[in-house]
Amino acid sequence: MAVYHNALLMRINELSFAMDELRLFLDTHPDCREALAQYNELQRQRMAVVAEYEAKYGPLSSYGNPNCDNWDWGTRPWPWQN
Amino acid sequence: MWSYEKRLQYPVNINFTNPKLAQVILSQFGGPDGENAAASRYLSQRYAMPYHNVAGILTDIGTEEMAHEEMVATIVHQLTKNLTPEQIEGTPFANYYVDHTTGIYHAAASGVPYTAAYYQSKGDPITDLMEDMAAEQKARTTYDNILRLVHDPEVCDPIRFLREREIVHFQRFGEALRSVQDRLNSKNFYALNPAFDK
Repeated sequence: MAVYHNALLMRINELSFAMDELRLFLDTHPDCREALAQYNELQRQRMAVVAEYEAKYGPLSSYGNPNCDNWDWGTRPWPWQN
Repeated sequence: MWSYEKRLQYPVNINFTNPKLAQVILSQFGGPDGENAAASRYLSQRYAMPYHNVAGILTDIGTEEMAHEEMVATIVHQLTKNLTPEQIEGTPFANYYVDHTTGIYHAAASGVPYTAAYYQSKGDPITDLMEDMAAEQKARTTYDNILRLVHDPEVCDPIRFLREREIVHFQRFGEALRSVQDRLNSKNFYALNPAFDK
C-alpha cells in the first residue's frame, strides 16, 4: 500500500514537473503549438492521477477533495517527513 | 493567491544525519544567493513590470523558487533529524544549534541571518531582469560549491535537480529580457524606463 502510494505520487511529480517546465517555456514561446498541445495533454493525464490519489489518500492541495467523513488534511505526513 | 500542494517538486529522502553538510546546504535556504532571496526578488519585482508576459515569468519562477525553498529546508531537516548532542559537539552546526536547536531558520552557512539586502527590486525592467539573470548564476555557482562537498547520492540527487533549474531559469529570464528590449527604442534601450516614464 505504501509503495503504491509512492508510485502514484511519483507519477504526479513527473507529470507536474513536465508541466512546470513547459509552463516556463510557453511563457516565452506563447505561439508554440506543439508545447501547448503537450501541456494540455499532460494536464488531462494529471487530473486523472490526482483524482485517483485524492480518492485513496485524501486531498493533495488546499483546494483538493476531502473524500472522507473526517478532516484528513492534517492527518497524513507532510512532504518533509520521510 | 497561492494554493499549497502536499508534495515536494522533486523527492527528498535522506536516511542519515550529517550536521556539517546541513550547515553548508542551509545557505541555499536563507543565504545571499538562496531560494528565499530568489522567491522574494521575483515576486516583489512583478508589481513594477509593465509587460504581462514578463510579469507571468516572474510569477511562475518566483512560485517555483518557493517550492525549491521547501526542498532545501527538507534536506536540512532530514540531515539534522534525531541528532544527538555528541554528534553536534565540535561541528560548525553547534553554533546554529544553540540558537535554533534543529529548527529551520533563514540563515547563511556562515550563520548570518537572512536580510532583504540580498536582493534588489529596482522598478526598471532591464535592471531587474539583469539582476535576475545574475541571481540564477550566483545560485548555480553556490550549488556547484555544495556539490564539491557532497558525495552521497541521497543528497546529491535533489541538489543536482535544483542546480539544473537555475540554468533553465537563467535561459527564460534571458528570453524575457530580449522581449522587453524588443519593445524599446532599438537605438537606445535606456531612453526611458517603461515602468516609470510616460
